[in-house]
Amino acid sequence: MTHPTELPPKSELGVVGWARKNLFSTWYNALLTLVVSYLVISSAIPLFKWLFLEATFTGETASDCSGEGACWLFISQRLNFFIYGFYPDTLQWRIDIMFGLLALAFVPQFIERFPGRKWFGLFGVTGLPIIGYILIPGGWFGLEEVPSNKWGGLMLTLILAYVGILAALPIGTVLALGRRSEMPIIRGICVVFIEVWRAVPLITVLFMASVMLPLFLPEGVSFEKLMRALIGITLWQSAYMAEVVRGGLQAIPRGQYEAASALGLGYWRKMGLIVLPQALTLVIPGIVNTFISLFKDTTLVLIIGLFDILGAVQSTVTDPAWQNVAIEGYVFVAFCFWIFCFGMSRYSQNLERKLDTGHRT
Amino acid sequence: MNDSDTPPATAQRRPWNDPKVRSLAFQIIAILAVGWAGWSLLQNTFENMESRGISTGFGFLDESAGFGIIMSLIPYDATMSYGRTFWVGLLNTLLVSAMGVVAATIIGFIVGIARLSSNWVVAKLALVFVETIRNIPLLLQIFFWYFAVLRNLPSTRQSVDVGGVFFLNNRGLYLPEPLTESGFGWVLASLAIAVALVVGIKRWARKRQLKTGQLFPTFRVSLAILIALPGLAFLITGTPLTWELAELKGFNFVGGITIIPELAALWFALSIYTASFIAEIVRSGILAVSKGQTEAAQALGLQPGTIMRLVVIPQAMRVIVPPLTSQYLNLVKNSSLATAIGYPDLVGVFMGTTLNQTGQAVEVVAITMAVYLTISLLISLLMNIYNRKVALQER
Amino acid sequence: MKKIISFAAAATLAGGMLAAGSASAATTLESVKERGNLKCGVTSGLPGFSQPDDKGNWTGIDVDTCRAIAAAIFGDGSKVEFTPLTAKERLTALQSGEIDVLSRNTTWTLTRDVSLGLNFTGTNYYDGQGFLVRKDIGVDDAKQLDGATVCIQAGTTTELNLADYFRSNDMSFKPIVFDTSEQTVQGFSSDRCDVLTSDRSQLAALRSKLDDPDSAVILPNIISKEPLGPVVRQGDDQWFNIVKWSLFTQINAEELGITQDNVDEMKKSENPEIQRLLGTSGDMGEKLGLSADYGYRIVEQVGNYGEMYDRNVGPDTPLGLERGLNALWTDGGIMYAPPVR
Repeated sequence: MTHPTELPPKSELGVVGWARKNLFSTWYNALLTLVVSYLVISSAIPLFKWLFLEATFTGETASDCSGEGACWLFISQRLNFFIYGFYPDTLQWRIDIMFGLLALAFVPQFIERFPGRKWFGLFGVTGLPIIGYILIPGGWFGLEEVPSNKWGGLMLTLILAYVGILAALPIGTVLALGRRSEMPIIRGICVVFIEVWRAVPLITVLFMASVMLPLFLPEGVSFEKLMRALIGITLWQSAYMAEVVRGGLQAIPRGQYEAASALGLGYWRKMGLIVLPQALTLVIPGIVNTFISLFKDTTLVLIIGLFDILGAVQSTVTDPAWQNVAIEGYVFVAFCFWIFCFGMSRYSQNLERKLDTGHRT
Repeated sequence: MNDSDTPPATAQRRPWNDPKVRSLAFQIIAILAVGWAGWSLLQNTFENMESRGISTGFGFLDESAGFGIIMSLIPYDATMSYGRTFWVGLLNTLLVSAMGVVAATIIGFIVGIARLSSNWVVAKLALVFVETIRNIPLLLQIFFWYFAVLRNLPSTRQSVDVGGVFFLNNRGLYLPEPLTESGFGWVLASLAIAVALVVGIKRWARKRQLKTGQLFPTFRVSLAILIALPGLAFLITGTPLTWELAELKGFNFVGGITIIPELAALWFALSIYTASFIAEIVRSGILAVSKGQTEAAQALGLQPGTIMRLVVIPQAMRVIVPPLTSQYLNLVKNSSLATAIGYPDLVGVFMGTTLNQTGQAVEVVAITMAVYLTISLLISLLMNIYNRKVALQER
Repeated sequence: MKKIISFAAAATLAGGMLAAGSASAATTLESVKERGNLKCGVTSGLPGFSQPDDKGNWTGIDVDTCRAIAAAIFGDGSKVEFTPLTAKERLTALQSGEIDVLSRNTTWTLTRDVSLGLNFTGTNYYDGQGFLVRKDIGVDDAKQLDGATVCIQAGTTTELNLADYFRSNDMSFKPIVFDTSEQTVQGFSSDRCDVLTSDRSQLAALRSKLDDPDSAVILPNIISKEPLGPVVRQGDDQWFNIVKWSLFTQINAEELGITQDNVDEMKKSENPEIQRLLGTSGDMGEKLGLSADYGYRIVEQVGNYGEMYDRNVGPDTPLGLERGLNALWTDGGIMYAPPVR
């Protein structure tokens, strides 16, 4: 079967054709293209100049900054504080190891063909927290103890988000199962719990956890500040997690439930062996998305006086030794968050696409 | 051992193997556990508060507050009660939330449609906007708008002056304030009549169209009624409306309506941040409408604008509404970040200053949480009603 | 499911373990001793009063007040865990038992003493509220501030004083309320407000944080009395006395001329007052529930009141505050401690 191969008309080919089709198809499209391009270019050039061309990268004190462009010197001079908080210099290798392990566990997740990447991921959610629990606070195996009020910066942000999501997953799963239970009272309790936590702002939760939790507990029981923030974040997050997991449970076809029952499996085995493994795999993208929003929300802990990365920057931009470095500080924090969040959202989108096609039989 | 070994139905069933008994037992245990937890929590709290000599009760709401608040939608001064500060804070929260919801919806729809634009530059710009904004924490964006942008506005004396009517400086945007005189009630009354008329005409026109197929120029007629009737009343009663302009007196502009920078920064940050999420919701909603619908409408000879308005958007709304609801809820909750830049919202005023002056943390936090719970439930309820209206009517 | 349940159990267990000391405590002193350190609430950063460097070492007059208490209890002034608190959280944090003592330039008022379940133990700094204004607005007296926009920190008595002052002088103002003193300074320096109001000692510290400190001036008016001092919870009189007397000991030490340098020689002094203070005679320490040489420990580790003042806020520091009211009663001030007897 041969067809005469004729090339499309020249106006449809190459750069010209592409531009005709995508930029100048009608008169108002052309106008739009020109106006928008002008706006973008005219604002991008000064921005680029400020960010790079006229910026100061080397030197030691504030006086080395030219004043025209950005003063990145401020960031590089204070980088240690922004990443580790008050963590002692000589012990920072412990945090570096954790950063390394974190990368080891999750970077392979982005590489499709990485051998055994599942196991790396599994290590990330099991071994990594245990090692971190031993290594970061210390106090064991001859490691010097570092109290949690010395933790800060990027490291604290990561701890808050990571522990929050990890602890919220099991609680959220139980809540989701409860919400889909056939027992009206169990269902009612779970619905109320989920809806109440989802309705209140994180700020009030953190405030309650940070200053009022001790009032609720019996005399003599007390938690340290970071732990209280973590409890608040976990409870709050577990309500969101419950809704994500519930979505997964609902997406499992009825046939699966019925087949499991027909095999004579009881409720827990049915859920544990058949439904949850499928549902949890389905909702990994949802979990990653929840993680992204929690990661961004951890910045609120600065309001209760913990020095996360934004708190660390906010507390140093008023340093009289450095003048007018607020924007540089904010841009730096924004960039850090953007890298993490954008990477994770890409990952979850890819996964979503893959899971989606896998499920359409 | 487990359910698969269940003996035949004729055999005596042991009570703990009966699913009904088991579920009942489970539920009783759950109730007892929750009840016990709640009771011991309350018990602890009261015990702790008593042993620490903290005063309890809601009597403080009637005491005089004694502190000033920069922005209030209702009359307020320092001699009024703590209860009044609650309403001031609540109204400020509602104000910024409502402004945020409107702006975020508009920006979100525009960006969401732009994402699907056939124009490459516009589509890419929308993509960059969405991917940048939604991956940066909101608190940081609020700080940016407030501390970084505010610095670059002119000071009071160098205000941007638009024809002596609008003024912009680092203390806010000053607008003229409408002052009504006696007789303005007639204008409002005639506006109400006009609205009622328009609704009546719409119903009548719809009925007529269903019956006879004839179209009635509803839009043009309605617009005419809406403008003409109140306008006429306004002229007859002798233009009972004057504008009060802001003017520079002492340190600041006085008079007129002031939009303080705290409100502006919070509003920008909230609307832009939420818009980046709404844009994605709108985009996926539109993509979810099958191409056949558009093609069928084209085959019927409808204009592209009409197709969007009458065919695509109504169907897309079914997909859009549920996630849109949760975005609105997020926006209301996020408005509590106001406290970081000094906008006097509920959390800033009531859970901040009032709590601190009275020291009654439990009562104040309980009230605050109850308010957010109520707002959330109300929004969910409204959106559910709307959702039911737009939902697919399966027959 | 089993896996998940056991994981949840493990997580709960781990959480429980991370929780700090869960001893059932009878008195504050016992629980502090058992824990091995004193939990002290301070500001998150106010030069001269309590300020961390970037390694987390705290300095300031409020910080030293806490160190003196720790020295009295443990004989070691470094056994303090500092908890930075915002003005908003501070009283709730003390009420709830998160901290043992609050030493965070907190003003002693009737309401705080009576209805919050707290007790002020004394005054470690006599202060008064003042105004910081930009020079270019041309104001030299607070009475000219009608209609001004005022930056202020949330949850402070200054918020109330401000409203009272403007009302009683028949003037209007616009308050801009920030959470932390850093944000308050940022607001003032970005010209959001004409005036920054706070305790005068703080104004000096905040002014030094401005990009150009010479562009602003502190007005002469003092609109309130602000006695600042450490606070404890009600209901534990022993603890109340310990906190109270570690400050009094510092003041008495200055009056008796005992300094960090000469404290060891002074131990040999024949003066019965000095002997009682340093614990070489009498049983003052035991009466408080402390060791006999608690007074010696305080002076040895932290110094007397004058040394503490000069080191943190005195004329030779960046704050450069004269003693004024905070001088001893013998030098024309009102620092006066009851005798050790």
